[in-house]
Amino acid sequence: MTITESAPIVPRFDEQGSGRKLAIICSKGTLDMAYPGLILANAALGEGIETHLFFTFWGFEIINKKTMADLKFTLLGNPATHLPQGLGGLPWMTSMATAKLKKSIADLGVPEVPEFLEQIVASGGHLWACRMSADLNHLTKADLYDEVEDIISAADFIDKTDGAQLLFI
Amino acid sequence: MPVTTLADRQIHVNDEGFLTDPAEWDEELAATLASQIGITLTEAHWNILRFLRQDYASQGQTPTLRRVATVGGVPIKELFALFPQKPAKKMAYIAGLPKPQGCV
Repeated sequence: MTITESAPIVPRFDEQGSGRKLAIICSKGTLDMAYPGLILANAALGEGIETHLFFTFWGFEIINKKTMADLKFTLLGNPATHLPQGLGGLPWMTSMATAKLKKSIADLGVPEVPEFLEQIVASGGHLWACRMSADLNHLTKADLYDEVEDIISAADFIDKTDGAQLLFI
Repeated sequence: MPVTTLADRQIHVNDEGFLTDPAEWDEELAATLASQIGITLTEAHWNILRFLRQDYASQGQTPTLRRVATVGGVPIKELFALFPQKPAKKMAYIAGLPKPQGCV
């Protein structure tokens, strides 16, 4: 059935999500656990939502210049691969699984981690590093991806994300 | 499927207002669609809209922001500047295309 409207139907882009804020805590350092946070951050930014990412504990791998391009994926401890766990312990299995996952991600047109962070920053996203994780690993801002705004305490992050919706990954 | 009147013609749209038939689109309509969401089209906007139309015609789906950046060659920052807040949806709307389906 066709309904004819007199007033033009126009999307209300600027009314939706205005003032919304999202905080994502990235605490994992494996390839498969880095992407959910990055994908959600990117999606939120595309919807005009102010987005902050806080990298803590193993999540530091994502912003550490030495490791960010070299995150790995393992079958071990991940029954969702439906492969025998013993297989995951073989010496070459982690690199093989990583290469395979990286290829699948690239085939979807999704960038590698460093380039993804670049896109998030270009979209207006904020990257923060956890003070305690930096101290634990004896890392300074120079060791981290250049666009990380600062190394801050957990309390500072909570303060900065006042009123935000929060995701812990 | 609602029908709405814009630029003195009837167009088929979905509930949000996105065109459902890309063939009903032309450049005159684009200017009207843009003004409906507060955007005045410049040559920089047109370059992107033309890329969207051409990419949709060849790929059968609306390009994501990332595709407009990597294949269309327009930096992400510029997309956010030209189509503020929600660039992917605003570009698709003005280009008379469905919202992009891809996540990235």
